[in-house]
Amino acid sequence: MTRFHPFAHPFARAALLAFAAFCGFLLVGAISPGTWLLDTLTGLFAAGLLVMSLHLLIGYTGLISFGHAAYYASGGYIFGMVLQTPAFVAACGPWSVPLATLLAFCGTGLFALVVGSICARLSEIYFAFLTLAFQMLFVSIIQGLVHYTGGDQGLMGGIPRPAFLGLDLVQVRDRYAFSAFLFVAGVLAVRLITLSSFGASLRMVRDNERRAAFLGVNTYLVKVLAFTAAGSIASLGGVVLAVFTSAAYPEWASWSVSGEAIFMIMLGGLHSFWGPLVGVVAMRIINDLTLLYTTHTEMAKGLAILFVVLVLKRGILDWLADWRKARHAAPSVKEQDHAAP
Amino acid sequence: MLDLDALLNCFSATSCLVTQTSTGIIIGMLLFLVASGVTLIFGVLHVVNFAHGAFYMIGAYTAWSAYTATGSYYLAVLAGALSAAVIGIVFERLAISRVYKENLLMQLLVCYAFVLVADDAVKMIWGAEYLAMGIPAEFRVPPYRFAGGVVPPFYVFLVATSLAVAIACLLLIRYSRFGKIVRAAAQNASMVSVLGIRVPVYFAALFGLGCALAGMAGALAAPVRSMTPGMGLSILIDSFIVTVIGGMGSIPGALLAAILLGVTRSFGSLGFPLFVDGVMFIMMVAILVFRPQGLLGERAPR
Repeated sequence: MTRFHPFAHPFARAALLAFAAFCGFLLVGAISPGTWLLDTLTGLFAAGLLVMSLHLLIGYTGLISFGHAAYYASGGYIFGMVLQTPAFVAACGPWSVPLATLLAFCGTGLFALVVGSICARLSEIYFAFLTLAFQMLFVSIIQGLVHYTGGDQGLMGGIPRPAFLGLDLVQVRDRYAFSAFLFVAGVLAVRLITLSSFGASLRMVRDNERRAAFLGVNTYLVKVLAFTAAGSIASLGGVVLAVFTSAAYPEWASWSVSGEAIFMIMLGGLHSFWGPLVGVVAMRIINDLTLLYTTHTEMAKGLAILFVVLVLKRGILDWLADWRKARHAAPSVKEQDHAAP
Repeated sequence: MLDLDALLNCFSATSCLVTQTSTGIIIGMLLFLVASGVTLIFGVLHVVNFAHGAFYMIGAYTAWSAYTATGSYYLAVLAGALSAAVIGIVFERLAISRVYKENLLMQLLVCYAFVLVADDAVKMIWGAEYLAMGIPAEFRVPPYRFAGGVVPPFYVFLVATSLAVAIACLLLIRYSRFGKIVRAAAQNASMVSVLGIRVPVYFAALFGLGCALAGMAGALAAPVRSMTPGMGLSILIDSFIVTVIGGMGSIPGALLAAILLGVTRSFGSLGFPLFVDGVMFIMMVAILVFRPQGLLGERAPR
């Protein structure tokens, strides 16, 4: 019998890592002189939540959702619309922001549950299209309900954010700390899901759905639950963005946001847990570099995607893993070469 | 938001009924053309051309330029179809043919990248503003009167052309030597190539044909729709809904569903303009839940 070790369990290790990462982010927030770094990181947190939750579907379950931005935007809209209701803020006082975040999380989860239970009936290609179709429906609903959502203009007029627990989200540093917390919590949730037995079911569904069904896994339920979890976690990204911009825009749910999220996963590396986050940073660098030379970022992005998909054929971390494998394999090849003559 | 009175008034007046139905049918025919291009490519190459909407856009813009330059609408339609076909063949050779054997993710990404490039290229060449062609000179003649309603001659031309072309393409695939070779190659490409047939050429040609259908739909839509970069996305989604409702692989089903959707859009814009998309989705979800194989589809599993 091995001696009990408090951090031997993968869950505990993940939680510890998350805590360390959160402390690290807070430290960066405390020592960062200007606001540029903090604002950039806040933007990356939002994108990071979007891609990490989508990674749960694409990388771990093999479900290619082309409509993930809907849940991202839904988080921002629910958060903003709830806080713009004076009665809600009056009733909840200092607890308004945490409660609104919770409502955004649960409300989007419900939305994803409905869409997921319809889409999970279908295989690959239909799934991809149908999720995209629901995203377009979401956009058209937002644009239609002008009275509540501001239509094309977005949720304007600022989102009231009463201070809570000593955090005033109007301040850059407090906003950054709140965003960092949501980001770390969201990524930790994805990590725990992938480490759990449910995560094992997800990978089994991805690798061989029929075999998973033979082994007694309710594959439909697994897919729906994964879709719901991914949608809820993506909503946190929308909350971060809504806190950051003090608004919500229908462009957040545009199809190019979904497409770009898929590309960021592929760019960073589909086969590793951290790949998508690398992809977010890489995409940001590509974006900023292009903006130095041209305003036609879409053209540049399109060409970058074609290059990565057709020429490199794998993401950064996948490429590194292959390279490492090749390097470890190389000596044995050399020995064989020596032996041959 | 709901204006059911307008809808009821329309149902009680034949003139309105005729006008709205004819509008619905032309929307449906455009959808049918685009959807049959998607089905054609998917049926043979097993690739969903997610960039199909971009070819619709390319067709529309090229037709606009050709019409402005030559003044002949027939030439413009031809130019729209041809440009989409040529760009489609180049796209197939350079990009899509490399991901035939890859998974769906890679195929989607390639198409997504193409849409980004195409939308931005259109923005560079024709500008980001809305463009309108207007009814071409050939069709500026008094409309047909039918039961008190008016039907512009252009609508008749549009419906006849799209039906004829789509049916001709399907007959081509089913009965011609070209169609037989392409279908055989889809089953077993190496066997067909052993027989001395250059399979990649046939695949590229078929892809080009599918894109030409989209380009023609764009050219036909140019006089009745305003053009904008990114116009392809909504018609792509609609045409996908058409294939789901009609049943994948069923051409009569696609035709029926396309007209159903077109008429819904046309009458919906009177009665519930904000929820037209919603109603279409409810129809699609109802089909998926109660009749997953589609209205006229036969194969149950998907």
